[in-house]
Amino acid sequence: MYFSRKDILDIASLSVEEITHILDTAQGMKEISLRPVKKVPTLRGKTLILFFHEASTRTKTSFDIAGKRLSADVIALAKSGSSMAKGESLLDTVKTLEAMQPDVVVMRHGTSGAARFIAGHLKCGVINAGDGRHAHPTQALLDMMTIREKKGRIAGLKVAIIGDIAHSRVARSNMEGLVKMGAEVRVAGPPTMIPKGIESYGVKAFFSVDRALEDADVVMMLRMQKERMNNVLFSTEREYAREFGLNEKRLSMAHSDAVVLHPGPMNRGVEISDAVADGPRSAILDQVENGVALRMALFYLLAGGVRNADED
Amino acid sequence: MRMKIENGHVLDPGHIDGLRDIWILDGRIEAVTEPGAYMEKADEILDAEGLFVTPGLIDMHVHLREPGQEYKETIESGCRAAVRGGFTAVCCMPNTRPVNDNAGITSWIVQQAEKAGLARVYPVAAITGGLGGQQLNEYADLKGAGAIALSDDGMPVLDGQTMRRAMEYAQAFDLFIISHCEDLSLVAGGVMNEGTVATRLGLGGIPNISEYLMVEREIGLAELTGSRVHIAHVSTRESVRAIRHAKARGVQVTAETAPHYFTLTEEAVGDYDTLAKMNPPLRSEADRQAIIEGLQDGTLDCIATDHAPHASMEKEVPFDEAPNGIIGLETSLGLSLKLVHDGFLSLADLIRLMSKNPARILGMNNDLLPGAPADLTLMDIKASWEVAPASFASLSRNTPFGGWQLTGQAVATIVGGRLVYKV
Ligand SMILES: [Zn+2]
Repeated sequence: MYFSRKDILDIASLSVEEITHILDTAQGMKEISLRPVKKVPTLRGKTLILFFHEASTRTKTSFDIAGKRLSADVIALAKSGSSMAKGESLLDTVKTLEAMQPDVVVMRHGTSGAARFIAGHLKCGVINAGDGRHAHPTQALLDMMTIREKKGRIAGLKVAIIGDIAHSRVARSNMEGLVKMGAEVRVAGPPTMIPKGIESYGVKAFFSVDRALEDADVVMMLRMQKERMNNVLFSTEREYAREFGLNEKRLSMAHSDAVVLHPGPMNRGVEISDAVADGPRSAILDQVENGVALRMALFYLLAGGVRNADED
Repeated sequence: MRMKIENGHVLDPGHIDGLRDIWILDGRIEAVTEPGAYMEKADEILDAEGLFVTPGLIDMHVHLREPGQEYKETIESGCRAAVRGGFTAVCCMPNTRPVNDNAGITSWIVQQAEKAGLARVYPVAAITGGLGGQQLNEYADLKGAGAIALSDDGMPVLDGQTMRRAMEYAQAFDLFIISHCEDLSLVAGGVMNEGTVATRLGLGGIPNISEYLMVEREIGLAELTGSRVHIAHVSTRESVRAIRHAKARGVQVTAETAPHYFTLTEEAVGDYDTLAKMNPPLRSEADRQAIIEGLQDGTLDCIATDHAPHASMEKEVPFDEAPNGIIGLETSLGLSLKLVHDGFLSLADLIRLMSKNPARILGMNNDLLPGAPADLTLMDIKASWEVAPASFASLSRNTPFGGWQLTGQAVATIVGGRLVYKV
């Protein structure tokens, strides 16, 4: 398949064929990480800029490792180290980035639509590493990769996404991707966290986690935003854990071989119990591992790698 | 100096509807006659063949940005945009820098407008000091300096008691309140209408209730105080319903909406188009329909633009950070005439909404009768034109209607007997 996209901004704009192609490519990349020498020269001479306007050690490290395994030059710009901290506009930052002649820019930004905004002004490829509440396509793709690995397919699976749907870009991208790939998706959380119009994604919404979990093949927990704890979205952590958190007892509502996902970092004891996080159903560390392979695949597809990754 | 406007179709709803000649002497209407019936010598003749001649259009809600943000608009450029759009008078909101909360600024605005010599400008002064929602301003002084009404537009007066006292106090000086209805605790950081589009875009939503709850409060306070209140920029179906019920039981409430609320919906935000960001936000199709119904049955008294100029660089930012508002003076008539062409309103109804009713609310008589100030708009309601923001008289370009094909526009505007705009 000829992959012709300049940017990866969200899941909505990707076709089923493109998603499948990305997941297949990532599966091939995964093998590189298992070699004694975890490096191929595929993107030698290419420049990747990681521009994280919002802190995220995990995602940033994953992109960083992915770029280095393909021999690209990876430059990280943090908010504090950039002129953004001095009040520069996003448009001016874009112009500065452009002048550095990157091949791909990876951006994380706190504002919905920010990645689309810079992609419209940059000639090089742009990967959205999370923008506001809008999209987190690489997380959704690595989640789909993990699900496909664990269950052999996506179509026909029952997937429950639990937690703060309203403020979650991970949830949005996963709903778009999973529904597109043929899964039956349910979302659940307190009513304050289920936004209006959620049905337009083709998902079912529940205020009861138990009902959403019924016979589920995949349970995807969302991170409770600690910074929102004082907001009026729920009463106390204790009540949240009891009513909406995933523990072993509640997990038993799901299919007996259901897998549990979490984008991390976890609030243990709030949205997920230790026993579940570290239990036999947990695929949380597989997600981290697949994240690197998935991001290698996107770099490869966007930065114009012409040969197969392991031909050299 | 005598001017004659001949061969035009004069339309003054409730008074005149037919071919007439209008004679203007020294800034006032001298006579309105059957064609050729009045034999005087005119110094200036305006041929209005094929045109409608109506009482001057009035936009009772604009932001002229001066003093303080002259790079967006000045009183002069705003008035130029006004007359180009067919408006002979505008009311300018007080959220300038500094805020128009004292007589000094009010009279300065009046002077600047006189200097510009284009449209008439009626300043709306602030209800509270610095729009802070706390301390009532000196309404007697403000009235004396030329304020025509009071509003903290841009900021709601959140405290109910403060609004009650403001309504009561304003009665003493024959001023009325124009209320910007918005419950900020329900807006809660939202940036567009709450609903499917906001959810998909990951943008914070503004629910209808943030508006109509305050509309209900103002209606209740107007009823309580026996005061008159005007609701600014109505955008929701619930607000229309509340105002309709209030009017039916005799509450002194009037209301306006803007062309974008009956022309566009939240879908216009599309891919984070900041030109579609405004406050109140563009709502759902059901709301849009209700706004049109409100205009049809008289629940909504007038069309105002909420003309809100912003520099391009201020709008070319991520959606969350963009300022609210669009300019409207130069597209209002074309967009509103669409309601006539689409069969929702008669032309007479539209002239009521854009001229007669605002005049009534502001306490003016703009009937085309001898002795009245000669404020007139000449319009070609069939002329097709393309909205080209680059050619606007306004200093700002922030409109989502650029490139739209509209039918009907003002071709000449006369203020106080002076031709201040002609195509
Ligand atoms: Zn307002």
